[in-house]
Amino acid sequence: MPAALFGLVACLALAGGVGVIVSRRPVHSALALLIVLGSLAVDYLLLDAQFVAVLQVIIYAGAIVVLFVFVIMLLGARSGEGPKIGAMLPVPLAVLLGALFGAGLIAAVANAPRAWPPVAQGFGTVQQVGRALFSTFLLPFEAASLVLLIGLIGAVALGKRLPPIPPGPSPAVSREQVASGRAPR
Amino acid sequence: MTVPAAYHLGLSAVLFSLGMVGVLVRRSALVVFMSIELMLNAVNLTLVTFSRVHAAVDGQVLVFFILVVAATEVVIGLAIIVDIFRSRDTVDVDDVDLLRG
Repeated sequence: MPAALFGLVACLALAGGVGVIVSRRPVHSALALLIVLGSLAVDYLLLDAQFVAVLQVIIYAGAIVVLFVFVIMLLGARSGEGPKIGAMLPVPLAVLLGALFGAGLIAAVANAPRAWPPVAQGFGTVQQVGRALFSTFLLPFEAASLVLLIGLIGAVALGKRLPPIPPGPSPAVSREQVASGRAPR
Repeated sequence: MTVPAAYHLGLSAVLFSLGMVGVLVRRSALVVFMSIELMLNAVNLTLVTFSRVHAAVDGQVLVFFILVVAATEVVIGLAIIVDIFRSRDTVDVDDVDLLRG
């Protein structure tokens, strides 16, 4: 039963991963990313990591993907790519490089231990992860709150519209304003 | 727990490679971002797998911190993308080449 579930989850995750990088529209990429995140949450459950699985659903699927969808909605239809072909690398070369890299990674993990050690009842629950978080990892935990605060302030600062520049005789500034679409209204 | 750890790690390896190809190939900054999320998730899967292999919960704590950093990174990155879109009317990473020599 776990094997069948893992097979299903792995197929879904791989299909979603391919969907993220081949979809023409960003919304489809976001939905494919959602499929990947959901199937990985199930995989975490298979690996006795309940807390991480719940976090995955709440934070990734619930917050990050919604943020992506909001930004796609904000930017409208122009958030996609035009027909211009001009990636940094030619696509076949990039796919070849990716395949080589993936083969190397798989070769590196191929002889991982096959046996699973027994774990105590309650491994990976909120209780146990929380105990580690608030004892051994207390300092990084507090630092994480600082990271979140800085991210919050940074997002507000970046999202704020600049005050309109008063009209002046400087042609450089006005050309910049026209180019940037920030001409005072 | 009948599936060997190598299968989980192999899935993670393939997902990471897919994310890498996405970053190399796609030009929309949003999709590049989603590919980065894909790579972060692949690393998370590796950490959870090894946490189970070693029967230690430390890997899961590390995943928690990666989630925090990923959330912050997405918020800041999307704010930057929206700002670029406001000023240049595009999110194509090939069009934002002001620093190109």
